[in-house]
Amino acid sequence: MSEMQAQEPQFDAIVVGAGPSGNAAAYVMASEGLNVLQIERGEYSGSKNVQGAILYADALEKIIPDFREDAPLERHVIEQRMWTMDDRSHTGVHYRSDDFNEEKPNRYTILRAQFDKWFNARVRAAGATVLFETTVTELVRDLSGKVIGVRTDRGGNPIMAPVVVLAEGVNGLVGQRSGLREEVKPGTVALALKEMHFLPREVIEARFNLSGNEGVVIEAMGTITKGMTGTGFLYTNEESISVGIGCIVDDFVEGGETPYGLLESFKNHPSIKPLLAGSEIKEYAAHLIPEGGYRAIPQLYGDGWLVVGDAGQFVNAVHREGSNLAMTTGRIAAETVVMLTRKREAMSRANLAIFAKRLEETFVMKDLKKYKGIPGLLHGGKAQFFGTYPRLISQAMQTWFRVDGVDKKSKEGAILRSFREARGWRGMMGDAFRLVRAWR
Amino acid sequence: MNQPLHSVVCIKQVPDSAQIRVHPVTNTIMRQGVPTIINPYDLFALEEALRLRDRFGGKVTVLCMGPMTAEDSLRKALTFGADRAVLLSDRYFAGSDTLATSYALSMALLQIAREFGAPDIIFTGKQTIDGDTAQVGPGIAKRLGYNQLTYISKIRDLDPDGGALVVERRAEGGTQVLQTKLPVLITMLEGSNEMRRGSIETALAAARAQVTIWNAAAVGIEDLTRCGLRGSPTIVKKVFAPGARSEKAAMIGAEATPEASAHAVIDAIFGRMPAIEAQLFETAAQAAY
Amino acid sequence: MAQQPQAGGGNSRAGTKKELPEHFKAYKHVWVAVEMEHGAVHSVSFELLGEGRKLADKRGVELAAVVMGESRAELDAAAAQCFEYSADLVYLAQDPALAHYRNETACQVLTHLVNTYKPEILLLGATNLGRDLAGSVATTLATGLTADCTELEIDEEGSLAATRPTFGGSLLCTIFTLNFRPQMATVRPRVMPMPARQEGRSGRIIEYSPAINEADIITKVLDFIADRDSDKASLPYADIVVAGGLGLRSAENFQLVKNLAEVLGAEYGGSRPLVQKGWITADRQIGQTGKTIRPKLYIAAGISGAIQHRVGVEGADLILAINTDPKAPIFEFAHLGIVADAVTLLPALTEAFANRLRINRLAS
Ligand SMILES: Cc1cc2nc3c(=O)[nH]c(=O)nc-3n(C[C@H](O)[C@H](O)[C@H](O)COP(=O)(O)OP(=O)(O)OC[C@H]3O[C@@H](n4cnc5c(N)ncnc54)[C@H](O)[C@@H]3O)c2cc1C
Ligand SMILES: Cc1cc2nc3c(=O)[nH]c(=O)nc-3n(C[C@H](O)[C@H](O)[C@H](O)COP(=O)(O)OP(=O)(O)OC[C@H]3O[C@@H](n4cnc5c(N)ncnc54)[C@H](O)[C@@H]3O)c2cc1C
Ligand SMILES: Nc1ncnc2c1ncn2[C@@H]1O[C@H](COP(=O)(O)O)[C@@H](O)[C@H]1O
Repeated sequence: MSEMQAQEPQFDAIVVGAGPSGNAAAYVMASEGLNVLQIERGEYSGSKNVQGAILYADALEKIIPDFREDAPLERHVIEQRMWTMDDRSHTGVHYRSDDFNEEKPNRYTILRAQFDKWFNARVRAAGATVLFETTVTELVRDLSGKVIGVRTDRGGNPIMAPVVVLAEGVNGLVGQRSGLREEVKPGTVALALKEMHFLPREVIEARFNLSGNEGVVIEAMGTITKGMTGTGFLYTNEESISVGIGCIVDDFVEGGETPYGLLESFKNHPSIKPLLAGSEIKEYAAHLIPEGGYRAIPQLYGDGWLVVGDAGQFVNAVHREGSNLAMTTGRIAAETVVMLTRKREAMSRANLAIFAKRLEETFVMKDLKKYKGIPGLLHGGKAQFFGTYPRLISQAMQTWFRVDGVDKKSKEGAILRSFREARGWRGMMGDAFRLVRAWR
Repeated sequence: MNQPLHSVVCIKQVPDSAQIRVHPVTNTIMRQGVPTIINPYDLFALEEALRLRDRFGGKVTVLCMGPMTAEDSLRKALTFGADRAVLLSDRYFAGSDTLATSYALSMALLQIAREFGAPDIIFTGKQTIDGDTAQVGPGIAKRLGYNQLTYISKIRDLDPDGGALVVERRAEGGTQVLQTKLPVLITMLEGSNEMRRGSIETALAAARAQVTIWNAAAVGIEDLTRCGLRGSPTIVKKVFAPGARSEKAAMIGAEATPEASAHAVIDAIFGRMPAIEAQLFETAAQAAY
Repeated sequence: MAQQPQAGGGNSRAGTKKELPEHFKAYKHVWVAVEMEHGAVHSVSFELLGEGRKLADKRGVELAAVVMGESRAELDAAAAQCFEYSADLVYLAQDPALAHYRNETACQVLTHLVNTYKPEILLLGATNLGRDLAGSVATTLATGLTADCTELEIDEEGSLAATRPTFGGSLLCTIFTLNFRPQMATVRPRVMPMPARQEGRSGRIIEYSPAINEADIITKVLDFIADRDSDKASLPYADIVVAGGLGLRSAENFQLVKNLAEVLGAEYGGSRPLVQKGWITADRQIGQTGKTIRPKLYIAAGISGAIQHRVGVEGADLILAINTDPKAPIFEFAHLGIVADAVTLLPALTEAFANRLRINRLAS
């Protein structure tokens, strides 16, 4: 990090990154009249971004209420399937409701490359200056240590602003290099792989029992992750299916499974394969997801800087929410900066603490706090949660549904026995207890 | 010529064709999510124009005909260092073939001449990756009466005052060295240079620059039947996917060792095509003498 | 700046309905603009004459060739060859200013001939020269031009149906020029087969002396630097081509392709990514944006067989694919395939070929 004599600021704020958090922050500040510079290393907003992707309307509505009018949305979700899988079967809970065919649907599938591009066009229309294909290399500080600007890989003079919003995503290299935060730890990030499978819309609609822009979401766990902590997913887009799987990086390192092999075998699972049959792979991407939860959240503000989105570890892994936390943290950071600018107050650590305080009152911090024990629990008990139980459930279902001349009472007995033998009453009680405690 | 050099570079925004997919049933192009890029060949033209500006001063204007979203490509060209950008956009241009495209672009070039000064050099890429015809450049040259220099690999010499120009042109079997005079239209060969990266100051200026946007009327097009589909003599009647060969490759089983496999492969080749065997042996025999 | 050329079609500029304006009804016969450089006819012109013959026969019209140049001897030789490749008629333009190809002069001559003798179809090679000329002639005549055709047909109504790849080669489209004449198309070398030569066949010659004033021509040819033979790839016309793709993994391994090519007396080439990586030069790229080849034997090692590659090699008589992936698309259009590691198979193949040829050499 370089130190600089104070110099005239050129912008009211600089936003590093143009993902959902950076776009939310830049949009809110620019629409409130601030002179904003946003810097994105990708060719355009969304070019490097990876997500499943489910968009939760609520967080965006609070920023752009009429987004439905022109945002590139794929399908609105009317059916959620939760699957527990062993190697040959899945046991599912499916929830489908016509209520989701509401006027303002609650969840949508999106393609990030298009969605981010749209969002960013709105950012520019709101008056922000946006640089693409430009990477922020470091923060610039004054002699007192306050962040006063950034340097980029295009060289030249640094660009100055009283506050820098770091919306740089999970790796958070700028923050790290500037000593604002630690390196991401392999135990608290998941590596997720995702493919887009192209299929004609009629085929998707027939295969998933959909009409119009209705969509289905499948979330899956079980032996598909080969004993590692992680989940798989399959989302229907307009003319493609997103399919992916992710596991904690430590587990990959330990187990020696290759991420690609894992995705291949997930795609070839007898419950998944027919859903993808005849499709053509359109793109392939790998990305990290911060899954450390509440305990992994770094320092979020300081003199002249704020952290939002994945860079602040704002992901609710249990509910697969990330982009909504990103947009919400981006919005609140922006509102904080707008308020301080209006009042002509300094972007000091003490003043920016308002950001963290306000976050405490939102679902973001409340949810992350509620689930703070889950990441550790799942990781610690991965053998049971991602192996033993899914297998037992499948076996039980099979015993129960197969008609083979065995009486029902004996079947019940066999099912109970299988659970007891595999995990012991104590073990099961303990798992259940820990799960309930972590969930509360 | 005593005024500073004015180059205009025609750039086209094209779908990144590596990512285009074809609907297996209807055989139509699925544009969903296909990113657009500046036609890669046009970047060589732009860089060449920037180099001339570095040497002789003057201005570089970029011109693109396309939908409003093509503004992104023009802005990108400004980020590389172009001085001004013009977008020619009108729904009447939809469905233009090369004749209609070169008409619209030449009208825009005349308008550029009126507003910003006549271009001394008009650059185009060798060809586009979507239209892939290499016809628009020659079309513009003919319409404006500019000397046409296609497949140029190098600008050797330029005397901006006298207007004399020496270029190297890729021809069949060799390189032509041509001497000619400004004004000229140059279609630039690929690989002739490498696109620069704009400085942070250029990038900032580009992000805030105003792109000039003209419709048909703004460039003085009165006869709209010369534009778009109506102005295009060629008619695309049918689009279809290439047929699959009825029989797939006959597979040669891999043997235990590469050596054994190699012999199996040679046997298969000679078995299918004795003529090849005969020819090889003949050449080998001749080589022996 | 010069005047805009006048549009040729009056009010009914295009449209899908076929209603040829009266003044185009006199347009008849199929023409090939012959490409001549340094005294010799480019083979693409013969390939076009072969194709033009079929079109002319279907239309029941004549096939004509246009040759232009400076030396009478060279022009006569070219005309004689055109007759042997089935032209009925040769338009022979002779002028000192036509010594080397220049757009200005060639465009002027060809436009004049078309306006005078009115062909319904005009074909050119999709070479640098052909594309340079075709683009400016079509604009001057204000007619339609379809570039890089892979198939030419006459439809039921007697119109030229020109088929070409589109959208980066993922699709083909068929294009018509219904209401304008001539209907123009370019075709790349080696896309059409070389027709049989009919020795001793002859035909009529119509001469034209354009009387060009060299002083009026702004562009001068200062020099011509011929490609050095050593690094000049004559891929399109090679009998055997060995090519490698990304499956070879490194520039060093690409040497294995060259080694096999040398033993076979073959040309070597590769897929486009290899050009981008700098393993081979651009003139050795095979495919849609590289060279179209038509060898007797094509050996593709570590090439997946993307459509853009496929369109450049489909004319080969025998395609052998070496690929580790049994599902690689190249096996869809290769004739022979082996699922094997090219890095180990290529040296073995080189060795085995060398051995067999050596044995044969000893035997002879
Ligand atoms: C496979 C997968 C599936 C997911 N599914 C969902 C889902 O269904 N729903 C959901 O809500 N969330 C989901 N998430 C999480 C969600 O994608 C993230 O939480 C969200 O993208 C975070 O947004 P962000 O703006 O903080 O970061 P990002 O989207 O990562 O954006 C960061 C941006 O900063 C840029 N950048 C980084 N460094 C620099 C630099 N130095 N200079 C300039 N620019 C820089 C990057 O290029 C990038 O554009 C998923 C994530 C993955 C990986
Ligand atoms: C507009 C446009 C124009 C294009 N024009 C052309 C063109 O003219 N020519 C062209 O070639 N491409 C062209 N392309 C690129 C084309 O789409 C493909 O990307 C390219 O042909 C792929 O090259 P490849 O087969 O070498 O590489 P890949 O597709 O990466 O294939 C490598 C293959 O090697 C196999 N392999 C791996 N290891 C081994 C081993 N040890 N032994 C044997 N096999 C192995 C793999 O299974 C794979 O099938 C064009 C693309 C676009 C968009
Ligand atoms: N719509 C357009 N806008 C600007 N330039 C174009 C356009 N279409 C073609 N060109 C230019 O003409 C060249 C040849 O295009 P094409 O004839 O389509 O292969 C391109 O490399 C561009 O420089």
